[in-house]
Amino acid sequence: MTEAVPAAARTGQRRAAVNGLRRLPEFLTIWVPLLLSAGHLIAFALWTLWISFTPSTLVPVSGWVGLRNYTAMMATRNWQIAFDNLLVFGSGFVLLSVLTGLALAILLDQRIRGENVLRSIFLYPLAVSFVVTGTVWSWLLNPGIGIQKLVNDLGWTSFRFDWLIDRDMAIWTIVIAAVWQSSGFAMALFLAGLRSVDGDLIKAAQIDGAGPVRMYRRVILPTLWPITVTVVVIQLQFAITTFDLVRALTGGGPGTATQLPALVVYDFMFQRGLLARGAAAAVLMLLILLAVLLPYAAWQYLQRRQSAHA
Amino acid sequence: MSALSVHYVHKKFGALEVLKGINLEMGSGEFTVLVGPSGCGKSTLLNIIAGLERQSSGSIQIGGRVVDDVPPKDRDIAMVFQSYALYPSMTVRQNITFGMECRNVPRAKRNEAVARVAKLLQIDGLLERKPSQLSGGQRQRVAMGRALVRDPLLFLFDEPLSNLDAQLRVEMRMEIKQLHQRLGSTIVYVTHDQIEAMTLATRIAVMRQGVVQQFADPETVYNRPANLFVARFMGAPPMNTLSARLEAASEGTVAVIGQGAAAIRFPAPAGSEGWIGREVVLGIRPECIAEPTRHFSDAPNTALTIAAPVEMIEPMGAETIVVLRLGDERALGRVSPDLRHRLGETARFAVDTRKINLFDPATGDRLA
Amino acid sequence: MRETTFAPSRMLIYLLVLMIAAAYLVPLLVVVLNSLRTAEEIAQTSMIGWPKQWAWGNYLVAWGDFCIAQTCAGIRPYMLNSALVTIPATIVSTLLGAVAGYAVSLWRFRGDRWIYGVVTLGIFLPQQMRLLPWTIVLRDLGLTNTLTGLVMIHTIQGLSFTTLFCRNYYSAIPQELIRAARIDGAGFYRIFWRIVLPLSPPILIVTVIWQFTHIWNEFLYGVTFTTGQQQPVTAALIALSASIADIPQHGVQSAAVMIAALPTLLVYLFGGRYFVRGLTAGAVK
Repeated sequence: MTEAVPAAARTGQRRAAVNGLRRLPEFLTIWVPLLLSAGHLIAFALWTLWISFTPSTLVPVSGWVGLRNYTAMMATRNWQIAFDNLLVFGSGFVLLSVLTGLALAILLDQRIRGENVLRSIFLYPLAVSFVVTGTVWSWLLNPGIGIQKLVNDLGWTSFRFDWLIDRDMAIWTIVIAAVWQSSGFAMALFLAGLRSVDGDLIKAAQIDGAGPVRMYRRVILPTLWPITVTVVVIQLQFAITTFDLVRALTGGGPGTATQLPALVVYDFMFQRGLLARGAAAAVLMLLILLAVLLPYAAWQYLQRRQSAHA
Repeated sequence: MSALSVHYVHKKFGALEVLKGINLEMGSGEFTVLVGPSGCGKSTLLNIIAGLERQSSGSIQIGGRVVDDVPPKDRDIAMVFQSYALYPSMTVRQNITFGMECRNVPRAKRNEAVARVAKLLQIDGLLERKPSQLSGGQRQRVAMGRALVRDPLLFLFDEPLSNLDAQLRVEMRMEIKQLHQRLGSTIVYVTHDQIEAMTLATRIAVMRQGVVQQFADPETVYNRPANLFVARFMGAPPMNTLSARLEAASEGTVAVIGQGAAAIRFPAPAGSEGWIGREVVLGIRPECIAEPTRHFSDAPNTALTIAAPVEMIEPMGAETIVVLRLGDERALGRVSPDLRHRLGETARFAVDTRKINLFDPATGDRLA
Repeated sequence: MRETTFAPSRMLIYLLVLMIAAAYLVPLLVVVLNSLRTAEEIAQTSMIGWPKQWAWGNYLVAWGDFCIAQTCAGIRPYMLNSALVTIPATIVSTLLGAVAGYAVSLWRFRGDRWIYGVVTLGIFLPQQMRLLPWTIVLRDLGLTNTLTGLVMIHTIQGLSFTTLFCRNYYSAIPQELIRAARIDGAGFYRIFWRIVLPLSPPILIVTVIWQFTHIWNEFLYGVTFTTGQQQPVTAALIALSASIADIPQHGVQSAAVMIAALPTLLVYLFGGRYFVRGLTAGAVK
């Protein structure tokens, strides 16, 4: 019975409803994109995780097979080779790109002329697709038409640079191409760090009598520690998920010499029609990544707490 | 032989001339303060003395030795920075011994030196800590320790207390003064704070736009400033600077402020006779205008009482600042806190006639 | 140390830097030069050499005639595909990211920290964990093997980066500005339109450059979710390299690679410091 609610209260209710309605577009604008993004991340990750525990092959099916897909995956020769390759590639690539980036940053920090031009040169590979990088380096490293052929033609006929087709060395071709592409990134971050060193610190070290080498070693580089960790983590993340570059440069070959986890995932998911195995491989990749990210997050948390104590 | 000698030093940055011919001589054991507003060139001068920057022309001598081509590490100097500049990745001990490491001093000697300095500055408990684990005051002591351990001819301080809070600043100021008295070191100290200059210096160099306005002991700079800029810069609240006319009178030369019946006459200091009939600027510090019962001096003919309307009162607790109207202008006086004035009423004030300064209105220079 | 200039060691520094710069430029130079050489020339000598004849025609062939897989229409259709995917996805993800960044850092609402945290986790979640689900979603929406499907994927995934960039940038805007505007009576949209957006050009440029570069250069999704004529240019390049098993056409291939790489290279050249800002911003996770 409408008489039971007094008129004033009804107007109040209506006003509240209208207010809520008026704020609906705003509510949707905020929440829809954010929910789509956050939602899809959680849902997709969980779904893939679920699939890895099912017996799915060509199509997703329900069921529970426990860790069978994981054990099978880890027993696959393909995966084991990919994992070993990842260790070699990961450590080689991260080490070289950090050293190269640091060296370039220190060189550019010496106030040389044309610094801007040089910086552009070291950074342009980042603007290019890994597919392009892989394709171009596959030509350069091809012994039949690349560097080896050039040097042979120039007279040094016994020169060999055929890593691309050498089962043991092929992984290093990926390292070379990846370092070429990504050390500019390390350089950019290190350079920013070098430039933000407190000027008074340099003055104090000059008065203390530190020469250029000691200045870098004891005063400047130690302040770069946090940046170095960040660079290493980001490069490791890239190394673990590398797919494009390998496909373009070697296709995984020769044979399986440059297989990497990301290729194994793709292989099992889309070429062999073994969805659950592929999902398990993807989850394994995520675990490898977490093995890098979680310690990093913990380390950052500890750093923050330590400096808050001072 | 002077500890530091600055000869006609000029410094240009492109077209901008930052130092315009600086001449300073400092004896051993003196505490010289370079004070001035920001942009006056004091930090640049300090950097040039340290060898961190090169002068455009002129010469620097430290301990009688020309050091123009000598790098900072060989100039026998030590520097304390505003931002402390402690090496963040090293412990306090390593911070202090870094210079000795660079000079390959053996470890035993290094530890000896650190122990000595740490005891002096009371930082022995902090030696194994890193700078990020120290408070502001502790960091400042470590920075001083790093300087002390070098046992140099010259200590350079670049606004070392500016980063500290007010209370800590007062504490550290006293510590620096004590250190100077104990060690007898020669110090060049840059600051924008004129209170630090007054309390610490044996001599003050007031700088403005690259030129030294006055280089004298604190008492002279305070009571007989060389020009209007120094007069207004030193002392807080600043010196009253009032337009006046010099006239001849029966009791001697007087500086007259204001017109007609309300005019106030101040006795002019000796030596100002040449300016009779002209406009001058009269400078008198607020503490020289006090309550009428104040007795400034026993000397004859120095007492003066004036009457002036009170425009504003600011009770400070220990004293009361009154804003009075003298002629057309405002002046500040510092009276006993027990006095009660009413706004707008004309009150009487005692004036310390010994500390009247006269300045040329055109150039700002002191007349007498 | 920054001021000292000992002549011999500075010469060494210049020498080192120039040598490394040359090493970085060589691949680009090789591709540019090869794109102007004939296939015979390359077959005779190597991939590295100066053109004897200037084969400008390579570019025309690469653009319109070259055979990739079964079709002989050059690289043009694939460039078009890439453009049709990259441009809309860039624009939409940037705009949505700006609004989301503003909502999270300035407007504030309940749960904003949490949702922002999850959104930025997307930067870390490997692509491989999302491949299968996207396949299902595309199939259910009828968007398999369509450009629209790729646009949707890149837009939603791009939100992680664009929200991160914009939020970090906006958090430097003082909250007082927003509070004053709210007291003045401005609402969510007006504040964004009149106050936040006018302050945004630098971060919008950075975000657009970043998104454009990433989406144009992206390969995995392109090759997984589209085939044949629908593929973006990155996938086409791989198919191109595969289809030269018969007669190597390195000149034309080089031209194709140049064309494919040109858009992002140009964005880089004109974007300059904004590109670098994107790099450093991406590292602040």
